[in-house]
Amino acid sequence: MKSTLLVGALLTAITTTGAFAQAIKLADVAELSGGGATVGTNWKNGIDLAIEEINAKGGVLGRKLEVTHADSQSNPGVARAQVQKALDAEPYVLLGPGYSGSVKVTAPLAAEAGITQIMGGEAAELTQAGNKFLFRTSFGQQSSMPKVAKYIHDDMKAKTVAVVWVNNDFGRGGRDVVIKELERLGSKVVADLSTEAGQADFAADVGKIKAANPDAVFVYLNEEESARILKELKRQGVTAPLMGETTLIGQKVIELAGDAANGARGHVGLTTDAPVDLIKGFRDRFSKKYNYVPDHNGLKGYLAVYMVKATTEKMGKVDSKAFADTLHGLTIKAADEPGILMDVTFDQNGDIDRQSFLVEVVEGKQVVKQVLPKVK
Amino acid sequence: MSNLFDLLVAGLATGAIYALVAVGFTLLWQTSQTINFAQGEFVMLPAFLMLAAMHVGAPFWLAIILGILLSMILLGLAFKMLLVDPMMRHGVLPLAIATMALAIGIKEAVKQFFSAEASPFPSIVPTGDITVLGHVVSLQSIGVLVVAILAVFGLTTLLNRTSLGHQMQAAAQNPTVARIIGVPVERMILLTFLINAFLVALASLLITPIYLAKFSSGEVLGQAAFIAAIVGGFNQVRGAIAGGLLIGVLDNLAASYISTQYRAAVPLIFLIVVILFRPQGLLGRAEERTV
Repeated sequence: MKSTLLVGALLTAITTTGAFAQAIKLADVAELSGGGATVGTNWKNGIDLAIEEINAKGGVLGRKLEVTHADSQSNPGVARAQVQKALDAEPYVLLGPGYSGSVKVTAPLAAEAGITQIMGGEAAELTQAGNKFLFRTSFGQQSSMPKVAKYIHDDMKAKTVAVVWVNNDFGRGGRDVVIKELERLGSKVVADLSTEAGQADFAADVGKIKAANPDAVFVYLNEEESARILKELKRQGVTAPLMGETTLIGQKVIELAGDAANGARGHVGLTTDAPVDLIKGFRDRFSKKYNYVPDHNGLKGYLAVYMVKATTEKMGKVDSKAFADTLHGLTIKAADEPGILMDVTFDQNGDIDRQSFLVEVVEGKQVVKQVLPKVK
Repeated sequence: MSNLFDLLVAGLATGAIYALVAVGFTLLWQTSQTINFAQGEFVMLPAFLMLAAMHVGAPFWLAIILGILLSMILLGLAFKMLLVDPMMRHGVLPLAIATMALAIGIKEAVKQFFSAEASPFPSIVPTGDITVLGHVVSLQSIGVLVVAILAVFGLTTLLNRTSLGHQMQAAAQNPTVARIIGVPVERMILLTFLINAFLVALASLLITPIYLAKFSSGEVLGQAAFIAAIVGGFNQVRGAIAGGLLIGVLDNLAASYISTQYRAAVPLIFLIVVILFRPQGLLGRAEERTV
């Protein structure tokens, strides 16, 4: 009896070890608690959905995907420790974090380990430091801001623009690119207003915008502050059209700002309201599994895993050292890999190029008004 | 300078809120030598109490009444009986530290029970504009200003024109003598705590539609009101009112005409200047110190 049990236990151990050896291990570090909990939870759920789908269809090159999730607590210091821990386990690819500040402090660790990091941060500087192992799941500001400036100049016909931005890495990066692009196109920046993260009172800032009397206002703040300034803009009766990015017209901003969000326009790299069948399918599957409609972070997490799948299948082998080289310059077509949702190209910096969307808030809902083409 | 009028109105509206909160600082200091460092959180909490009432189905008007009543029980009665009275015998400093701990406790509790994310809050003042002296002014600014002025006017009338107010002042100025002449000092002190709770609940109702309901929103407000109370005169209600209005206007003018980037520094610099040249505050009276 004893020997039978021993043999059984050994067989189980061998089988289990074999299965683990077969699995492709991914490590995710995300904002699962703290201020970025919404971001990290959406990102994690997107990852889990993609892995479930891929494994149900036989995995990647016949091997299952496995992921471990770690919580950065929305804190760059904790993110750094968690990433180091994740890298010590030698994952195939590192996923996350979502906050630019956390990406900034963790990217050198992944690069040093030679592990590709697919992340959610959007600050322009992240991919400009020559890190060959860092890839985006969404536009960096150097890709999105030229589209924003072009829309303000060409479609809004704005000769004068007020730019209001949040004084942190995110806001400063966006402000620098958009002002440069606006001036290149010939629109004059008549007010350049910096605000603070967490700022509650925007009366003076809006007063300055009113005094500048611009043809359009570009608003680039975090979500809560976006909602506060939208309310103040309405309170002070500013009628100039408002343009922003994902943070101006997100669902949370609309909920917080109420009526004041109506009419605001923004450029979004990813939205589940996009008129793209594959994205609609993703939205349905995600909503069915988690009982809520994801924001763009859910899409980012989902795409990160499909980037792993497409790149690995392109290589025809699981090789973490060659992964980054293969992904640089790679175009993944949605026709070949539906999980990637839209055709996408990765350049030598790890930045992406794909279609994006011009959204307007109409009666409390995001409405996609225009599909903007790939830059190249 | 064309928008100076708009800036003044917006500044006065915000300043009136600061004044409501700052008055609470002076009331508690005068009657019980309490510096309440949780005063900002006291403004944040009533909004969440009202939101909680609405979550369980209460209409907005009922949620306001419930929120104010609960605030008076929790932030007036319970605050005095469970924290101030037991800590008072240890002196002002331990009590001040206890209120700092209370601020953290309230903030974390709200974060746990509600969310770390901001929530929208309905406004008692309708949106829209009216024209005043040829300037378009939002109804919300006017509404906030009017309600706050009425509250302050009501309070000063109570303090200066009624027997109850005179008893409160007597209890604040010299509790021993007040007791001898028959003033129920303990009851007067409790009344002060209840008035403070009412004022912070009112401030919460007025400011939250603009600032949004968030667990951390008391930090900014508490700091601004504290500065306002010191600038105006910590031991004078009229000083707190003047300080609140002054800080509100100064903040807006500084942000508009000096720099938005350094707006947070301007009230602090003003505070330092006032402390250097008039330590008792602009309208405060110098207190004698016994050695």
